[in-house]
Amino acid sequence: MSENEHTEHIVSPGMYLTIILTLLALTGITVFAAFIDLGRFNIVVALLIATVKATLVVLIFMHAKYAPERTKLVIIAGIFWLALLLFMTLSDYASRVDYRGVRYPMTQIISHTIEDRG
Amino acid sequence: MHRTGALYGQFKTLEQQKDTATLGMWIFLVTEVMFFGGIMLAYTINRHTYFHAFAMGSNTLSLGLGGFNTVVLLASSFTMAMAVWSSQTSRKSLITLFLSLTILLGFVFFGVKYVEYAQKFHHHLVPGKSFDIFYCVNSPTKCEDIDAADMAKEKEELEVAAKADPDLNAHAQLYYSAYFGMTGLHALHMVIGAGLLFWLLKESVAGKFNAEWNNPVDIVGLYWHFVDIVWIYLFPLLYLIDRHK
Amino acid sequence: MREQATGPAPQLPEKHYLNATYGIRSWLLTTDHKRIALLYLASVTFFFFIGGFFAMMIRLHLLTPSGFLLTPDQYNRMFTMHGVAMVFFFLIPSIPAVMGNFLIPLMIGAKDLAFPKINLLSWYVYVVGGMFTLWAMINGGLDTGWTFYTPLSTVYSNSAVAPAVVGVFITGFSSILTGLNFLVTVHTMRAPGMTWFRLPLFVWAHYATSIVMILGTPVIAITLGLAAMERVFGLGFFNPAMGGDPILFQHLFWFYSHPAVYIMILPAMGVISELIPTFARKRLFGYHFVAAASLAIAVIGFLVWTHHMFLTGQSTYAAVAFSFLTFIVAIPSAIKTFNWTATLFGGSISFDTPMLYAFGFLGLFLVGGLTGLFLGALGVDINIHDTYFVVAHFHYIMVGGAVMGYLGGLHFWWPKITGRKYPEWLARIAAFVLFIGFNFTFFPQFILGIMGMPRRYHTYPPEFQLYNVMSTAGASILAVGYLLPMVYLTWAAFYGEVAGDNPWPATGLEWKTQSPPLTENFEVTPVVTWEAYDFHNRPDLGLDVPAGRGSPVVAPAHGDD
Repeated sequence: MSENEHTEHIVSPGMYLTIILTLLALTGITVFAAFIDLGRFNIVVALLIATVKATLVVLIFMHAKYAPERTKLVIIAGIFWLALLLFMTLSDYASRVDYRGVRYPMTQIISHTIEDRG
Repeated sequence: MHRTGALYGQFKTLEQQKDTATLGMWIFLVTEVMFFGGIMLAYTINRHTYFHAFAMGSNTLSLGLGGFNTVVLLASSFTMAMAVWSSQTSRKSLITLFLSLTILLGFVFFGVKYVEYAQKFHHHLVPGKSFDIFYCVNSPTKCEDIDAADMAKEKEELEVAAKADPDLNAHAQLYYSAYFGMTGLHALHMVIGAGLLFWLLKESVAGKFNAEWNNPVDIVGLYWHFVDIVWIYLFPLLYLIDRHK
Repeated sequence: MREQATGPAPQLPEKHYLNATYGIRSWLLTTDHKRIALLYLASVTFFFFIGGFFAMMIRLHLLTPSGFLLTPDQYNRMFTMHGVAMVFFFLIPSIPAVMGNFLIPLMIGAKDLAFPKINLLSWYVYVVGGMFTLWAMINGGLDTGWTFYTPLSTVYSNSAVAPAVVGVFITGFSSILTGLNFLVTVHTMRAPGMTWFRLPLFVWAHYATSIVMILGTPVIAITLGLAAMERVFGLGFFNPAMGGDPILFQHLFWFYSHPAVYIMILPAMGVISELIPTFARKRLFGYHFVAAASLAIAVIGFLVWTHHMFLTGQSTYAAVAFSFLTFIVAIPSAIKTFNWTATLFGGSISFDTPMLYAFGFLGLFLVGGLTGLFLGALGVDINIHDTYFVVAHFHYIMVGGAVMGYLGGLHFWWPKITGRKYPEWLARIAAFVLFIGFNFTFFPQFILGIMGMPRRYHTYPPEFQLYNVMSTAGASILAVGYLLPMVYLTWAAFYGEVAGDNPWPATGLEWKTQSPPLTENFEVTPVVTWEAYDFHNRPDLGLDVPAGRGSPVVAPAHGDD
């Protein structure tokens, strides 16, 4: 499976320029969006924009778009495993319920309880 | 000792050597994804649990400096990509130029980071015994670099946060653990990247890179872009938690 | 071994990798994967003895219920150092770093691994990490358990946690570099004609292991890094007093440490996949299934880590999900076990020492694996978690499985590595001694666990003494079983009977070169035109195997005759 004949695809400076300008614009949008109150969706928007930026860097700057299938598999595996780490651990936290039926995090409630007891 | 561009003994062709090295770097970057992923998980859990403390901590960071650094790193990714292009098209002097620009931008980033870290140290915001989120607000004269308007705003934010979280100082320390942990780890990777870039610069000046052989430039480029991607995530996660108050 | 029926006794080849260059620098600065494998052999053996010493202290102390040998604090340090030394410095590197390094280039027809200098670097990284941990041991060791649970390890322990954690952190990079090297090598360095499905299953096993090393080890690296930061600089992620969460540490720790056990067992399974066809003179049954099962174990192994945390206050939903996944991960291992057994059926079996170890593996891994299911069952786990049942379970897999695989492999490939045979009858006796000693040591521990004896306790109720004494007695027999091979393998390396290219005989590419191999492995790069384990198609081996046996496709003749 050694790729012996893959011709090198040379990305043009024009394309790089387009990407960097896009990245800068997206950075501006991220900052702008941070000043708008979207409640719980602030973080979603921020991560979404960051992911778009990261995708552009991976595909164009890192030439992943033109890379052999094997490279794409490696990238997807990395992202998938990170997702595994984050989501499976968060699923445990999200489902934790203590003996009082209080969901994670229990810290704030504990403080109140101590205050309530006086 | 092997010279850059020479065929190493275990390989049959230069193409195989290039292929192997590139795959090796991609797999290495996957290990880095998991490495940073661990601290991202710690950040995520703690941000969810102690949102007020994290928002407070985030607002003590300078958005201007953070944003500027983001622009600097993105630009350095551009110059790095241009360095790779230059090597692919055998433009020797351009390789050197773009590598130098990348290094320069890297050092600008370090400079700004140094300013930020020094400020945190001065304001007693480094995790440890002397950590105190209320330090500047309690002793405004000690934090002369914060102007009156910002100081008033910070005081107000602190009061609101302290009401929501009676243990604000301890939890803010968690934010700063995440801040220093993540940016410190990132900076360490940038230092290593800078070292690699210096080596590349030396080799490019010696004329080692051209259309036939530019693999090292390509590979260091992959590493450098990865470090940029980490920052692309760190910036919103650390600087933009709750700016809309 | 097959008798060399006709022809003169084989001679050692004139030039090989051991005499190619001389002097300590030629070893310490080598980039030859075979020499690096031997450097690793020396270091992992050293740490095996360190771990064994601590095991001896544990078992001696547990001879009496009230603990006569060690204070409680000292006992904590003994089991901690035993675990740290054995897990991180012996089990994880052993087969990959010794046998994987030596054999993978030979098995795929390459001159070396993809990155020989990184290979050497990985050994030095291992040594540096080992030195930090030795430093910790010399400074009194640590008492937190090899699992370093917080906040004991990060805040309250008065022991040498920081250097040990740093040592393990550093050694993790050795693992990452090895895994990286193997993955890339298998992708890009195979000889012409060596397609994926002609690879020996040993290579598939190491490929799967490398996936685990690459994806898992960085997580423990960052976890231990954060723990060290917490201990030294007072960061608070894992410290409840600062609002941190010990459960977070456990999640991060076990995300790696569960797949780590697959790093320990997959290579041993790879060895068994080589031994059984060789000594049954029959191609492995279900090659594709075994290859796929290796990958499945590697992937599914990442989905089950929370089964170490069933008793931490998980919700029923999470617990059920992870218990289910734990049962699922047993399936690929079962598939492999069935396939090995099916390979034996109708085979022409001989009981050479490596095969004895393979049989030992089959039985003991089965017991260990099945008892894992007991632990994965939620209701049962409530009662046997943190008891000797767990200890027995993982020792059956790690010692009964992984170490048997390691020793079986060492014996099998010793003639290739050294050019000489070990004394067969002494080796068979040693294998039996080891098997008997092993079972006497660890089977009573299952009973102790069911009876309720907790692990990591320095005392126990008097009614448990009989089984503890039995276990310690067994351990002394087990120790003999380990010492014998150390001695005779070393002796055989210098004075054993010369083995020749293919003493068993076996079908892998590594057996087509001289013993010991040349530094560059092959004089001419082989061109592979045959399937793996093609005993039915190898009249040159002089085996009494009917042609076409067990093969749906008649493989073409060899290209290197």
